Amino acid sequence: MADAAIHGSEHHDERGFFTRWFMSTNHKDIGILYLFVSGVVGFIAVLFTVYMRLELMHPGVQYMCMEGMRFFSAAEAGSCTPNGHLWNVMITYHGVLMMFFVVIPALFGGFGNYLMPLQIGAPDMAFPRMNNLSFWMYVAGVSLGVASLLAPGGNGQLGSGVGWVLYPPLSTNEGGMSMDLAIFAVHLSGASSILGAINMITTFLNMRAPGMTLHKVPLFAWSIFVTAWLILLALPVLAGAITMLLTDRNFGTTFFQPSGGGDPILYQHILWFFGHPEVYIIIVPGFGIISHVISTFSKKPIFGYLPMVYAMVAIGLLGFVVWAHHMYTVGMSLTQQSYFMLATMVIAVPTGVKVFSWIATMWGGSVEFKTPMLWAFGFLFLFTVGGVTGVVLSQAGIDRAYHDTYYVVAHFHYVMSLGAVFAIFAGLYFYMPKFSGRMYPEWAGKLHFWAMFIGANLTFFPQHFLGRQGMPRRYIDYPEAFGYWNFISSMGAFLAFASFVFFIGLTFYVLFAGRRVTVNNPWNEWADTLEWTLPCPPPEHTFEILPEQKDWDKSHAH
Amino acid sequence: MAHAKNHDYHILSPSIWPLTGSVGAFVMLFGAVLWMHGSGPYMGLIGFVLVLYTMYAWWAETVKEGTSGVDYTPVVRIGLRYGFILFILSEVMFFSAWFWAFFKNALYPMGPESPMVAGQWPPAGIETFDPWHLPLINTLVLLCSGAAATWAHHALVHDNNRKDLKAGLALSVALGILFTVFQIYEYTHATFGFSGNVYGAVFYMATGFHGFHVVIGTIFLAVCLLRAYRGHFTPDNHVGFEAAEWYWHFVDVVWLFLFAAVYIWGG
Repeated sequence: MADAAIHGSEHHDERGFFTRWFMSTNHKDIGILYLFVSGVVGFIAVLFTVYMRLELMHPGVQYMCMEGMRFFSAAEAGSCTPNGHLWNVMITYHGVLMMFFVVIPALFGGFGNYLMPLQIGAPDMAFPRMNNLSFWMYVAGVSLGVASLLAPGGNGQLGSGVGWVLYPPLSTNEGGMSMDLAIFAVHLSGASSILGAINMITTFLNMRAPGMTLHKVPLFAWSIFVTAWLILLALPVLAGAITMLLTDRNFGTTFFQPSGGGDPILYQHILWFFGHPEVYIIIVPGFGIISHVISTFSKKPIFGYLPMVYAMVAIGLLGFVVWAHHMYTVGMSLTQQSYFMLATMVIAVPTGVKVFSWIATMWGGSVEFKTPMLWAFGFLFLFTVGGVTGVVLSQAGIDRAYHDTYYVVAHFHYVMSLGAVFAIFAGLYFYMPKFSGRMYPEWAGKLHFWAMFIGANLTFFPQHFLGRQGMPRRYIDYPEAFGYWNFISSMGAFLAFASFVFFIGLTFYVLFAGRRVTVNNPWNEWADTLEWTLPCPPPEHTFEILPEQKDWDKSHAH
Repeated sequence: MAHAKNHDYHILSPSIWPLTGSVGAFVMLFGAVLWMHGSGPYMGLIGFVLVLYTMYAWWAETVKEGTSGVDYTPVVRIGLRYGFILFILSEVMFFSAWFWAFFKNALYPMGPESPMVAGQWPPAGIETFDPWHLPLINTLVLLCSGAAATWAHHALVHDNNRKDLKAGLALSVALGILFTVFQIYEYTHATFGFSGNVYGAVFYMATGFHGFHVVIGTIFLAVCLLRAYRGHFTPDNHVGFEAAEWYWHFVDVVWLFLFAAVYIWGG
């Protein structure tokens, strides 16, 4: 086979299990490890939400009781004393895990590690050993996070209930060692991501295949490059902020303590200076995946490649100058609010470029609704809904009413839990044959998609109504009036959870018994990036002879 | 490697150090939490030793690869430089958090709710250092140290003068240590404490993290000095030394900002 000759030998993998998975210097194996661990952590974080939706299904507190956690409603009324701390712990760890330990590791660590070097025709990452340090520091961070959940925390109970943003004074006053473990967990996850970002940027700049100029790099590789810059510049700032929390908590400094001249609002500024780029860190790799999926299943090259690239760059840059729209209500001056409002709305422009370019790619294309394309469609719809509510929320005046209501919860779950997660699933189905060498059954993928799509919309769409009716977020209970939409929301969450469990089963089925893929490219000729020139799964070492321009450059000379 | 390499990139064999380093980091930080909550420092110290050992072993391996003459091809050396510049960039952003805390408090001190008088910086009752005394000397010490390191670099690059290379590095290490000693002396003579007031918080954390970086940079240069004695580094192959140099200049620049903003303008 010509490709085998180009891309390395069929050599038997003689690495032992420990050597292969614990001492890896192989970007593909590390990518798989990232995907696996983020899947496990994601399952834990989803379990928390299911438990929360169970509690919110009906008014009153039935499950999270001081008498102990329950999974079935108590028979006799009045036997449950509400345990607000448990509720707070659930929302906190759901947020922390999802933000730091699920979505970034899956998209940036998993897909980024596996695919970015392949797409640019590099034999591995620039720093293969450091790559593994990123992964294991992520695992160490997860371990500290779990330790934090189980360690003595506030209110004489286990865990910290301060919200994922760790705002002082809540976070500085929370008792026990749980909060400190959580801070170190975020430190480690941040260090892991920064090392990963250094690795990705260097690989991207230094190891592209001969002839692959910056304006010819596939969009997913570009998306990882942009994300890496955001991580590199945003996460160190967060490290500073949480170090201040740590010293305030343990060494008596007063960064956020007004009695010592400090200011808790300072924390919010520094946190959101990181936090807003963070949401683009989460979504931008998804943009890359979606572009390839839509192009492949529309059987057309992506519409407006260069604008797509520069839209991502623009989103990345703008992401650094809009942070205070998360904190309109803290008492900023009118001028400041106006600035942050305008800057935020500007982001809708490059985002619009992307959404309309995806639509234009499909326009006139021969659209084929394979499972990855369904997910990409779902992404497009949900991300646009989330984007539109984002423009609503960017208005400082309107935000007065919506701040800390379920409208905000609905908004950011539409862009993140639905946008980013749908992008992850689109990528998983798109690349499942490539990663595993086996194909998923098409019906199962579609069933998963429709269950998740309906479930997720049922969960989050009603939350817009709840928010508009004034239901505040982060509460264990609510008045009867909010009961109707909360019930529907909970039903949706259960359906989405069922679809996730189905997906886990499906994954194991595919890994062990799926139909083997014998061709390099199971889709069509529009999946034309370099990873599709490799066998499924690719051999241990890829591109030992660097690819030639004709292997990847499908564009006309211009 | 089992097979022939047909490109100039660096493909590494499996390594245990990322795993030991991460286990060490977990043990160290878990132990640090236990220590902060009064359980003794032992677990944290064990983790710290594991982290230090991993650093030593890992970098020893890197030095061996660097001097093998095979692994670090020109393109790999470019990659290492990119990597180190990016690392310094992330450090710049880390310091920006501390400068943010400083400038916020210096420009907008808290209002009447706090014991500080509104609009006054440094806060009432805080007696700051005279910037034209020890801090000025320290500035000169650090700048001279940077100049010595650059002298060493020029000696190596332009005429492979090993004697001046070693002399320059030794001088920069010595001045780096002197800076740290002066800084400790300054800290012990401060009239304000670390805790209880925001001036102490921003002052000690900003200058303290800088001092910590000075120590790291000094060690980095000392390792380079040791390597120079072992005959490492050639005029066109000395990434490790170049990185130490860049790092040292970065530490210099941070200090100049600290000196100008915290000591002179904010003092």
